[in-house]
Amino acid sequence: MRPTTEDDLAALVRGATGPLRVQGGGTRGPLAEGDVLETAGLSGIVLYEPAALTLVVRAGTPLAEVQAALAAEDQRLPFEPGEMGGLLGRPGDSTIGGVVATNASGPRRVQAGACRDSLIGVRFVDGRGTVIKNGGRVMKNVTGYDLVKLLAGSHGTLGVLTEVAFKLQPIPPATATLILPGLTPARAVAAMSAALGSPFDVTGAAHLPGTGTLIRLEGLAASIAYRVDRLLVALAPFGQAVVERDPAAAAALWQQVRDAAPFHGREGDVWRISVRPSDGPEVAARLGGEVVMDWGGGLIWALYPAGMDARAQLAGIAGHATRVRGASANVPAAAPEPAPVAALTAALRAQFDPRGILNGEASQ
Amino acid sequence: MQMPAPDARTLGRKPVIVARLREVLPADAVIDDPVELRAYECDALAAYRCPPLAAILPRSTAEVAAALKVCLAEGVKVVPRGAGTSLAGGAMPSEDSVILGIARMTRVLEVDYADRIIRVEAGRTNLSVTGAIESDGFFYAPDPSSQLACAIAGNIAMNSGGAHCLKYGVTTNNLLGVTLVTMAGEVLEIGGAHLDAPGLDLLGVICGSEGQLGVVTEATLRILAKPEGALPVLIGFDSSEVAGACVADIIRAGVLPVAIEFMDRPCIRATEDFAHAGYPDCEALLIIEVEGSPAEIDEQLGLIRTIAERHSPVEFRESRSEEESKRIWLGRKSAFGAMGQINDYMCLDGTIPVSALPRVLRRIGELSAEYGLEVANVFHAGDGNMHPLILYHANTPGQLELCEKLGAEILTLCVEVGGCLTGEHGVGIEKRDLMTVQFTPADLEAQMRVKDVFDPAWLLNPAKVFPLAASAGRRGN
Ligand SMILES: Cc1cc2nc3c(=O)[nH]c(=O)nc-3n(C[C@H](O)[C@H](O)[C@@H](O)COP(=O)(O)OP(=O)(O)OC[C@H]3O[C@@H](n4cnc5c(N)ncnc54)[C@H](O)[C@@H]3O)c2cc1C
Ligand SMILES: Cc1cc2nc3c(=O)[nH]c(=O)nc-3n(C[C@H](O)[C@H](O)[C@H](O)COP(=O)(O)OP(=O)(O)OC[C@H]3O[C@@H](n4cnc5c(N)ncnc54)[C@H](O)[C@@H]3O)c2cc1C
Repeated sequence: MRPTTEDDLAALVRGATGPLRVQGGGTRGPLAEGDVLETAGLSGIVLYEPAALTLVVRAGTPLAEVQAALAAEDQRLPFEPGEMGGLLGRPGDSTIGGVVATNASGPRRVQAGACRDSLIGVRFVDGRGTVIKNGGRVMKNVTGYDLVKLLAGSHGTLGVLTEVAFKLQPIPPATATLILPGLTPARAVAAMSAALGSPFDVTGAAHLPGTGTLIRLEGLAASIAYRVDRLLVALAPFGQAVVERDPAAAAALWQQVRDAAPFHGREGDVWRISVRPSDGPEVAARLGGEVVMDWGGGLIWALYPAGMDARAQLAGIAGHATRVRGASANVPAAAPEPAPVAALTAALRAQFDPRGILNGEASQ
Repeated sequence: MQMPAPDARTLGRKPVIVARLREVLPADAVIDDPVELRAYECDALAAYRCPPLAAILPRSTAEVAAALKVCLAEGVKVVPRGAGTSLAGGAMPSEDSVILGIARMTRVLEVDYADRIIRVEAGRTNLSVTGAIESDGFFYAPDPSSQLACAIAGNIAMNSGGAHCLKYGVTTNNLLGVTLVTMAGEVLEIGGAHLDAPGLDLLGVICGSEGQLGVVTEATLRILAKPEGALPVLIGFDSSEVAGACVADIIRAGVLPVAIEFMDRPCIRATEDFAHAGYPDCEALLIIEVEGSPAEIDEQLGLIRTIAERHSPVEFRESRSEEESKRIWLGRKSAFGAMGQINDYMCLDGTIPVSALPRVLRRIGELSAEYGLEVANVFHAGDGNMHPLILYHANTPGQLELCEKLGAEILTLCVEVGGCLTGEHGVGIEKRDLMTVQFTPADLEAQMRVKDVFDPAWLLNPAKVFPLAASAGRRGN
C-alpha cells in the first residue's frame, strides 16, 4: 500500500482489517507483522522559509533530499541524524518520517538537542484513521498538550506521520575538532566532561576507538580560533590534542561516530546504551568489548557477541540498552519499562490505536 | 469567564474531606480557614478569583501521594500550584477544589557538574536553581521574567520560556526527568540523568500539560557553564517593517544571538516616561544580546552592525560598560511595570512566523484603532513570540470585556497567519475557549485522550485548557 495523499492514507487505515507495518525507507528492516504501508507516496517539501529557519515537509521525503535542500541555503537539521544502513547492512534511504518516528539524533544532541527538540509540528493519522495535527510551524508554542514530542520516537505505534515541521540551524562558517589520542574510556569521559562543562559551546564530544577522543567546536572563524586555544589549555592534562580544521575531514570523523562506523560489517550484535555520562566507563568495562562513546559518554554503541544479553551485564546502572542489530528469541531488543510506566504506554497506545493494528510489539 | 458549577456534594463534605487530609498530612499542611484560603484564590491573572475548598502544602512526594489518594477516593478536584504567577489562570482554583501547593518542597537533591545536571524538588524557584550553582560557574538556562518568584513545577507545567530561549531553548529542552505523582497516588520516575527514554517520550507530554496529568514533585534539569560574557546592542528604526527585515537578515546570516527583543513606539514611549532609559524616540527598536569572550562578542557585533547598516537604522548603540548594558536592558525589563503604571493591561502571548511580522503589526494597529484601545508591542522577535499589551481601564464598565474581545481577535489573527495562541504562558482558563480556532475537534480529542490515560476521572485541574463544551462529557459536571 502506497497512499499518495493524507486522506487516502486515513481511509486505508480506517478500512484496514489486519495489522499494518509502517515503512519509510525501510532501512530498519522488517520489524512488525502485517501489510506494508509505505509512506514514500507522501513526499516533498511543503514550505521552506530560510529567513525564519523553518521547514515543513511530508513524512515520506528522503532524508537526503531534505538535507540537500537545506544545504543549498547553508542550513541544516540541528540534530544531525545518521544513516543506519551501513550498520544494519541494509540498502535504502531513510525518510524524514522514519527519522522522526525513531527520534534519530546524532552527536550534536549534546548541544542542539535531539530530533524531538527541533520538531515543532506534526500531522499524523492515528490507528482509528483520524487525521490529527499538533504543534505547527512556529518556534514557540505551548498551545495544548505537546503531542509533537509524544510522536517523536513513537516508532509508528501511535499513528502514521504524514507531515513534520522543524526549526533549522544556519551552518556555521567555521569548525574545528580536537583529537586526543590514546585515552582509556574513563579518561575520555573525564576529558569530554571537562570540555562540555566549559563555556566554549562544544557541539560534539565522542570517543572513537583507533582515532581518539573528539571534541567539536562550530561557529564564526575568529571565535573558533579563540576557543580552540582555550580548550587546548583546558584539556592539556589529557595530553596533546591534534586539531582538525578541515571541514570535510572533520565531517568524516563525526560521520563515523554518528553511524557507529567501526562496527559496520563486523561479526556480532550492536547495542545502543543510554546512561548518564559518568556511568559510561563502567558500561564499557562491564561489556568488555569494543565501544564507541558519543554524547560525552552518555551514549554507548557496543559490539557484543551474537545472541548474548548485554543488558544483563548492566544491572544497577540507570538508563537502558537497545539491541539495534542482531536477533535473539530470548532477549528482547528494547528494554522493558518499569511496570507503571509500561501500563501508561500501553494505555496511550490503546487510545490512539484501539484495534492495535499499527506496528506490533516488535516495532521497537 | 465561565467556570463549571461547583459540585454540591463536595462542598457539603468539606469537613470530612479536610479531616481525611489531616489524617495523612501534618497539621500545618492543611488549610481550611476561609481567610487564609484567600491567599490561593487567584494567580497572576488576577481579574478572576475564587477561593478553594481547602489548600494543602505537603513536604514530600510521599505526602503528595497520600493526599492525592484521599482526593481520588473523595472524588475531589485538585489544582496543583507552584508560586501562582501564571498569567493564564492555570493555578486558579474552583470552589470545589483542593489547592495542592508545592511551595514547601524546595531542596536541592543533587548537583553533578561532570554530568551537567541538577535535581531539585519542584517547588524551588527558577532563580534559586541557578543560585545553587552559579558560584561554580554554571546556570539553568530558561529564565522567565518571573524567575525570582516562579517555581520549577510551574515552569514544567507551562513549558515556560525566557529572554534567552532563542539560543538555549525553553523548559522542555532543558528538562531531563521528573518524579510525577498521578491522581491515583502512584509515584512514577520518568526520565533521569540519561538522555533517552526507552519507550514513548512521556516526559515530553508531561511538560506543558498545565497540571492536568499529574503532580510534579522533583525534576532533573540540564545545567550549562556560564558564558564568559554578554553584551547587548540597541538598534532603532523608523519603521517596524524594517526592524523585522533586519531580524530576518541577522538570523539568515548565521549569527546566533541569545536574545532579540523588539519594542514598538507606544511601548518605547511608555517605558521612557517610567524608566528613563534614554531610548531613542523611534518607530521600533531591537535589543540584541550576544555572548562569549570580548573578541567573540566583537566579531558578532561587527556582523550585526554590517547587517543593520543596510537597513539605515536611526540609532546603533553599543554598550561599553556594565552600566551601559544595564541601561540598554532597563527599558525592556521595565516595560510591563511601565504599562501597569499608566493603565491596566492584558498581556497576550501569541506566536507568529517571523515572516508575518509586518502584516500582523499593521493589523494590530488597525484593530487597536477600531476598538479604541491602545496596544503596545514588546516581544521576542527572534522566535516570533509576540507580547501585545492591550491597555484598558478595569474600573470603566465594559472595558475588560472589550479588551478580551480585542485580545481574541489578535490571537485569532496569530493563528490565521500560521502561528498559535500561546508561545509560553499557557492556555489555562484564559485561552481555553479559543482553542477551537487553532484545533479541530479531532485534534482536541487526541489531546484529551492523553488526559484520560493519566487521570481517568478528570479530577486534576479539569476546567482548564480545553473548551468547557469539549470536555463536558469527561468532567462529570
Ligand atoms: C531503537 C532505535 C534507535 C535508533 N537510534 C538511532 C539514532 O540514535 N541515530 C540514528 O541516526 N538512527 C537511529 N536509528 C535508526 C533509524 O531508524 C533510522 O536512522 C531512520 O532514519 C530510519 O528511516 P527509514 O525511513 O528507513 O525508516 P524505516 O526503517 O522505514 O522505519 C523505522 C521505524 O519508523 C517507523 N516509521 C517510518 N516512517 C514512519 C511514518 N511516516 N510514521 C510513523 N512511523 C514511521 C517504522 O514503522 C519503523 O518502526 C534507530 C533505530 C531504532 C530502531
Ligand atoms: C511578571 C511576570 C512575568 C512573566 N514572565 C514570563 C516569561 O518571561 N516567560 C514565561 O514563559 N512565563 C512568564 N510568566 C508566567 C509564569 O511566571 C509562568 O507560567 C510560570 O512558569 C508559572 O510558575 P508558577 O510556579 O508561578 O506556577 P503557578 O502559577 O502556580 O501554576 C502554573 C501552572 O502549573 C501547574 N502546576 C503548578 N505546580 C505544579 C506541580 N507541582 N505539578 C503539576 N502542575 C503544577 C498549575 O496547576 C498551573 O496550571 C510571567 C508571569 C509574571 C507574573
